[in-house]
Amino acid sequence: MSEPIITFSKVNKWYGNSFHVLRDIDLTVTRGERIVICGPSGSGKSTLIRCINGLEEHQEGSIVVDGTEISDDIRAIEKVRREVGMVFQQFNLFPHLTVLENLTLAPMWVGKTPKAEAEKRAMLQLERVKIAEQAHKYPLQLSGGQQQRVAIARALCLTPKVMLFDEPTSALDPEMIKEVLDVMIELANQGITMICVTHEMGFAKAVADRVIFMDQGQIVEQNKPHEFFNNPQSERTKDFLSKILGH
Amino acid sequence: MNAVFTPVAARPAPHSTRGPLAWLRRNLFSNWQSGAFTLALLVLAVMYVPGMLHWAIFASVTAADADACQAARGIGACWGVVTEKHRLIIFGRYPFDQQWRPLVATVLMMALLMASCTRPFWRPWLAALWVVVLAAAFTLMSGGVLGLNKVTTDQWGGLPLTIMLSSLSIVMAFPIAVLVAMGRRSQMPAIRTFCTIYVELIRGVPLISVLFMASFMFPLFMPQGFSIDVLVRVLAGITLFAAAYLAEIVRGGLQAIPKGQVEAAQSLGLSYWKTQRKIVLPQALALVVPGIVNSFISIFKDTSLVTIVSLYELTGALGLALNSDANWRPFKVEGYLFITAIYFVFCFAMSRYSLWIEKQLNRSKNR
Repeated sequence: MSEPIITFSKVNKWYGNSFHVLRDIDLTVTRGERIVICGPSGSGKSTLIRCINGLEEHQEGSIVVDGTEISDDIRAIEKVRREVGMVFQQFNLFPHLTVLENLTLAPMWVGKTPKAEAEKRAMLQLERVKIAEQAHKYPLQLSGGQQQRVAIARALCLTPKVMLFDEPTSALDPEMIKEVLDVMIELANQGITMICVTHEMGFAKAVADRVIFMDQGQIVEQNKPHEFFNNPQSERTKDFLSKILGH
Repeated sequence: MNAVFTPVAARPAPHSTRGPLAWLRRNLFSNWQSGAFTLALLVLAVMYVPGMLHWAIFASVTAADADACQAARGIGACWGVVTEKHRLIIFGRYPFDQQWRPLVATVLMMALLMASCTRPFWRPWLAALWVVVLAAAFTLMSGGVLGLNKVTTDQWGGLPLTIMLSSLSIVMAFPIAVLVAMGRRSQMPAIRTFCTIYVELIRGVPLISVLFMASFMFPLFMPQGFSIDVLVRVLAGITLFAAAYLAEIVRGGLQAIPKGQVEAAQSLGLSYWKTQRKIVLPQALALVVPGIVNSFISIFKDTSLVTIVSLYELTGALGLALNSDANWRPFKVEGYLFITAIYFVFCFAMSRYSLWIEKQLNRSKNR
């Protein structure tokens, strides 16, 4: 359990010349660990996880994912991307492909899996997120919650070692948040490494091994969920928690 | 309060009024402005349509009889000019007794084009089919083998030339346009600059001057004894011209694709080219089908400009057929109406096909 799979050392990133979005980030994620990152908007939490699969590039420091350093080398980044699944706030399903085609695209075109095999595995993933009956529909014919579950299944199709979730429930109607969280909780219980940017504190309490609080591009505080919520160390964390838990 | 939620059962929508009278009222006489407009159009139709029909049909001369046509001048149309000159209009200067060759070549090309428009033919072997059919058509037209007389390209003309120039330049311009459009959005400054300069240069000049350069100036820059067939040069000119316009249409489509689509594809490990091919281009091109077909129709009609460099396609062949013959020269209007009808059939077919394509591509958007 203690073997690291993702290591950030002294990572710095700027947007343009002036906006210092990540500041001296040091972070080690061990295999199988489930991490929730929270913080006010603009604190750099999405940027942090988008650096893990090279959707954003960092300017200083190093990020190593499963032994591969994220650098300018596009092949290294593509290798990492095959091992890291990502789920977006806006789902980002491919609207011109059916649900099944969304899932088989990467296995067939990246993993060189034959079509029949890719479809068989895709159906298993769809069953895992309880949406197999929608396989031949197009994404826009589904509800938001269903679309997000398809997006999770799509990310799982390459059997990733790490799953990144970038505010997966923020674009959903309240009634649909639960169906997505249920899938995520089930996934968490199956032992995959998860890093999740979310404000669903119930989810954090239920499954996280560690909660990280970020503000102004820095990691302010990190702790086990029980400690984090009941005994926050910094004033900034207390202030943030009082705002999101206060009503 | 102990209110129980009882959902209201779904009911069918109220019946809309049907029948011809209801249709008339709704579409032609829905208010007084609409009614007045309908009546005004009716009056205009009554005033002019009978006269037009009289000229075009009842008083027209269809026999190839120049004297009868002269007699009917101003009263009825002289379709005799078409009866007399149709082979010259349609095949241009191609040797008269050999005109079955362009006819067969054109039928082959049309069959190929129509087949390419249907779903069962959207397979990898379609490209091979194109090569085979084009080679066959070209061999038929130019001859020099299999006992066929050699016919040089400056003698090709009429409708076969129009179809050949437009379909080949469309087919070649399209991939160039896609690459240029992608190039203009490239991260690499050299590629981006090159593509921008290409588009701006070509857009900045009229097609006629491109054709002039291809036809008259290009050979001046070539070493002695080295020459490229004028038809090939003109084809390249039209292709490069069309590609610049198409590229901007395609770029419009590329810009409409949300960044999240590319990020999702990247996060799945797809390379740049695979992302473009499987995710970005299918969606971008589907968005700009109307613009693309618009451009195709333009190209088809713009091929008439090649007359300027002495290639007599359909429009040029009409001039060729009538200008040299004093008997038939007065009946140019009828000749132009004839080729207008031919152009219209092709352009209308293209625009109907574009609607069908849009419907096919939009299936994923139907909720």
